[in-house]
Amino acid sequence: MTTASSVEPVETRTRRPRATPDVRPLTFATLTLVEWRKQLDTRAGRWMLAVIAIITAAVLAVMMAVSGGNHSFSAFVVGTTTPMAMLLPIVGVLAATSEWSQRTALVTFTLEPRRTRVGLAKVVAAIGSGLALLVLTIGLAALAHLLVVAFRDADPAWDVSVRAVLYLALSVVLFMAQGVGFGLLLRSTPAAIVTLLLAPTLFGLLGGLVPGMADVLPWVDLGTAGEPLLFGSALDGEGWAQLGTATLIWVVAPLVGGLWRTARSEISSS
Amino acid sequence: MITVEHLTKRYGPAVAVDDVSFTVEPGHVTGFLGPNGAGKSTTMRMICGLTPATSGSARVLGKPFTALANPGRRVGVLLDAAAQHSGRTGREVLTLAALMTGVDRRRIDSTLDLVGLTDRESARRVGQYSLGMRQRLGIASALLGDPEVLILDEPANGLDPAGIRWMRDLLDDFASRGGTVLLSSHLLREMEAVADRIVVIGRGRVVAEGHKDDLLRQAGAFVRSTDDAALARALRQGGAGVEELATGGLSVEAEPIDVGRAAAAAGVVLAELRAADSRGLEDLFLELTADDAREQPGAQTRMEVSA
Repeated sequence: MTTASSVEPVETRTRRPRATPDVRPLTFATLTLVEWRKQLDTRAGRWMLAVIAIITAAVLAVMMAVSGGNHSFSAFVVGTTTPMAMLLPIVGVLAATSEWSQRTALVTFTLEPRRTRVGLAKVVAAIGSGLALLVLTIGLAALAHLLVVAFRDADPAWDVSVRAVLYLALSVVLFMAQGVGFGLLLRSTPAAIVTLLLAPTLFGLLGGLVPGMADVLPWVDLGTAGEPLLFGSALDGEGWAQLGTATLIWVVAPLVGGLWRTARSEISSS
Repeated sequence: MITVEHLTKRYGPAVAVDDVSFTVEPGHVTGFLGPNGAGKSTTMRMICGLTPATSGSARVLGKPFTALANPGRRVGVLLDAAAQHSGRTGREVLTLAALMTGVDRRRIDSTLDLVGLTDRESARRVGQYSLGMRQRLGIASALLGDPEVLILDEPANGLDPAGIRWMRDLLDDFASRGGTVLLSSHLLREMEAVADRIVVIGRGRVVAEGHKDDLLRQAGAFVRSTDDAALARALRQGGAGVEELATGGLSVEAEPIDVGRAAAAAGVVLAELRAADSRGLEDLFLELTADDAREQPGAQTRMEVSA
């Protein structure tokens, strides 16, 4: 074996004057903005958000057309948030799984080796998208109500409380964190979406069949515990506690597991 | 500067990388050579902190890769040109990298220019790119942060001859300005042209490391004379190994001057005498990795019999 002697003297080569002393460390804000852009700069991501917007608009249009359009603002808001509740977690899932299905993880984690920061940036960016969409849909609901009041003689009923909006915002946060969590944990878009949509439903169904589960279910089923968030009924102490435990099971656990798996595993292109 | 010390990676009982140590010096292009499955990519992923090492360490610019703040500005990495979101445009891929590393976005245009991707091409989605275009885009991503170190896994893969020539000039230029380049390839001829230092790896182990010319130099002489048989006899008496070539002439394990002396003493007239051709990298490569290749049949794992 030859030793690492350099026959060609290095001195003959001119050193490059380097002009990059100003290398700034990556901030979390930068990471979050980049992750947010990554949700929107592909057709899959844009379509997902567009589909939610289109379905929301369609629901509003139907509501404006049927039964004389006589719906309160809160009825419109409920109409718009239901499709969102179904589809928003998928936006979160895509934000996470695309790194693996499109194999970009290799580049992402080379540019930022602190993987947990990247995962958290994805959660924050997904929540940002969700909240932006929530504001948009509430705005559309308000517009719809305004239109039926103005043109279809509906009774004006601006009956959406600040609390209801905050509850909705909280549910968006939970949906998004849950989506990213399942995405990071399972790494496959179809697997994560199917699990996300089916698991809580199956869980609720099975729970209903087992005698004695009825008492336990609100504590362990996010669908049951989170219902007040979507429909605006005030949560009492027990309600918050139930939401807490269900969130721990369906949001925090998958997210922590997903972040752990991301930080620990080997990032490889195949 | 890249320092790899006793890097080892096991997958269960299989050893993918076995106690690999080498350094990559600034100012040179160092070629990382080995057959498929020899552990090149695994080693490079360990250097970049993507694969946790079982034991050993790798440092880039004096630190573990994962300890570099904003590594995209210090180290340009291309590990798999195909690993890009097929739905993004080439320009968007670079824009994301620029945003992340804080590079002036004007650099995107100059870098696209440098790797020879036109405005039209950069506006197309990566899914429609040929492998060669993906390689160019990958090299653009690596160069975008104006790094001091380049780590490129099979960058010549999929490039046409003109592209390979272009890449060679680019790496030469990068190294001549004081940059550090580690480049893996199984394209031996290309490696021979572009790398000045070479690390050869076979079944997870470094089998040779050094300056390309040193590795390729081969002792011995080639000689043709009016009486090869007599000359061969004389040389053998002198203790030199001689091989009579089917195409005429002798291959002698001795310096040309000693062959000349032996010929003069034996009174044989020389027609041609010169130092043996330097081996091609291909010969070196096959020779160094041949043992491993023979031990392989039937073995499911890459368990290494220690030499």
